[in-house]
Amino acid sequence: MDEQSARGAINDALAEELDRDESVYLIGQDIGKPGGSFGITRGLHEEFGGDRVVDTPISEAAIVGSSAGAGLTGSRPVAEIMYADFMGLAADQVMNQAGLFKYMFGGDVSVPMTIRTVNGGSGFNAAAQHSKSLHGLFMHMPGVRVVLATTPYDSKGLLKSAIRSDDPVLFFEHMELYNREGEVPDSSYTLPLGEAAIEREGDDVTVIATQKLVYDALDVAASLEGEISVEVVNPRTVKPLDVETLAESARKTGRVVVADESVIQNGPGAYIAKRIESEAFYHLEAPIEVVGVDDTPIPFSPPLADAVVPDGDDIETAIRSLPRL
Amino acid sequence: MPDVGAAQSDRLVEQLREMILIREFESRVGTLFENNELPGFVHLSIGQEAVATGACSAIEADDYITSTHRGHGHSIAKGLDPDRMMAELFGKANGYCGGKSGSMHIADVDSGMLGANGIVGAGPALAAGAGLSISRSGADRVCLSFFGDGAMAEGPVHESMNLAGVRDLPVVFICENNQYGEMTPAEDQHHVDGFEARGDVYDMPAETVDGMSVQDVYDATSTAVERARNGGGPSLIVCETYRYRGHYEGDPTTYRTDDEVDEWQERDPIDTLETSLVDAGLLEESAIEAMHAEASERIDEAVAFARTSDLPDAETAFLDVYTEEL
Ligand SMILES: Cc1ncc(C[n+]2csc(CCOP(=O)(O)OP(=O)(O)O)c2C)c(N)n1
Repeated sequence: MDEQSARGAINDALAEELDRDESVYLIGQDIGKPGGSFGITRGLHEEFGGDRVVDTPISEAAIVGSSAGAGLTGSRPVAEIMYADFMGLAADQVMNQAGLFKYMFGGDVSVPMTIRTVNGGSGFNAAAQHSKSLHGLFMHMPGVRVVLATTPYDSKGLLKSAIRSDDPVLFFEHMELYNREGEVPDSSYTLPLGEAAIEREGDDVTVIATQKLVYDALDVAASLEGEISVEVVNPRTVKPLDVETLAESARKTGRVVVADESVIQNGPGAYIAKRIESEAFYHLEAPIEVVGVDDTPIPFSPPLADAVVPDGDDIETAIRSLPRL
Repeated sequence: MPDVGAAQSDRLVEQLREMILIREFESRVGTLFENNELPGFVHLSIGQEAVATGACSAIEADDYITSTHRGHGHSIAKGLDPDRMMAELFGKANGYCGGKSGSMHIADVDSGMLGANGIVGAGPALAAGAGLSISRSGADRVCLSFFGDGAMAEGPVHESMNLAGVRDLPVVFICENNQYGEMTPAEDQHHVDGFEARGDVYDMPAETVDGMSVQDVYDATSTAVERARNGGGPSLIVCETYRYRGHYEGDPTTYRTDDEVDEWQERDPIDTLETSLVDAGLLEESAIEAMHAEASERIDEAVAFARTSDLPDAETAFLDVYTEEL
């Protein structure tokens, strides 16, 4: 096992899949020689050439729509959309095209394509058009898988599975996690889509956290040690959602906080809470708390962004608010 | 410089004064950013001042503009106050948007500035909307829409140009071809030579002008604005220009050569205008020096204003999401 950043792990996953399967190609804006806005595809253009690492104009709809067309016709594209916010321009290509083809076209076809994009970013004070966490939007679309990359280890294993999946996969990376290091096996491996990870065991309360909030939750769990025993569970994929693992943890602890950076109203946190409630109702000793962004855009100025975007303090407050703890 | 009338020479002097102010504002922003005084990230338009000033000096205070992520120059040229702009860049409460917007989204609808925009290619659609408001109300206004060469590849830009054409909207589409979209040269992003061809496609008058010449930009915009005011519909103006700085501050700019930057800087819009005004006997060297000093002082004030302003209260983060409490 070596320590590696998420950036490096994702880069390796892409290189290994390009190497393994001729039908795989990467497409996106500035991903070629410049190596992508976040440096994720660095070196791949040199190694695999311009036909496998395809630079495009600034045209999100064409990047994603062409990937749907290519997926239908024997290719396995991996598209990069620079920020999740820009998926707005390409959303139609997912909700009315890629996500529907298998169903609409009689079942005999598949659309093997992956869209990599970036959630979060409030920590960079990137303001309202460059900071959203939008996986909830795509969880709502039939025919689409949704992955939330977190650690270097799961980023690599899940991305490789996403690329190999015959269904369209939205793969959300997190801007503030690219430089985080973690252990990654030397050998080639994949992680199945639809399996949650218990990141830390505990007895009193389960925190189901996503992306950057996984790290925040782990910090909180460490700081509460001896006082409150916190279990931290990372769903890793939210569609499919590993309800069983989450519910099992809820049955064990009886108390649940769901922490996710998307907007709370009508969002992923509410959905996860509902599924756990159905599966673990008689074991719950408190209503499930959901931590997330209020019905509010992400502001620019640091004190404002801090107020809006959830962090460890919000997780701790939620934990402490649970009755009879 | 050819013989110019008094009105034109006054205008050129004012345009020079404004370009110097824009450059001073942005140079200072670059330094402040480097010194970690500004949160977020900034995109500077140093080198492109003649486009902002040339175009905005051809419209009136009650006309509109839409801008881009590189919008400081457009904002100043539209008459926004450097104090409140700087305060916004610092994330302060008295900035134009209460600290919610930062460099990339400065807006002041009351001044006709419909926002710098972090979504590339969104501006032209907003401009078409302003054009619809204008034509529906029968007002005698226009909207200038600034967007980049990179944005020319975005679908909404084309949809908006087509819509504006179909409805004869009073919009002037101003493509600032600064030669790059992020790290990729414009010619690698477009399969058509010469952006003015896009005007032909939508059957709107289109021309390419020297974006380093404030006079050329002003002339082309004036013609297009007059046409728009008289019901002649939209036009496209392509301004050939250059950004001296990277795409964003901190960009190592490995995708271009220093020689290329030098070549463009030889045609610097401010230097060349200064030289020609002096050569034509319209301005003394000392007057130019005074302009620079004045701009520097003005920006000192703006920085001091921003530095000493208060950060917003955290509670304001949750205000203004909606207009009406339900
Ligand atoms: C919809 C969208 N896609 C991508 C980006 C990322 N981005 C920011 S600026 C930029 C380049 C824009 O190039 P151009 O339109 O030529 O303007 P310039 O930066 O040269 O002024 C890109 C791709 C974005 N902000 N919005």
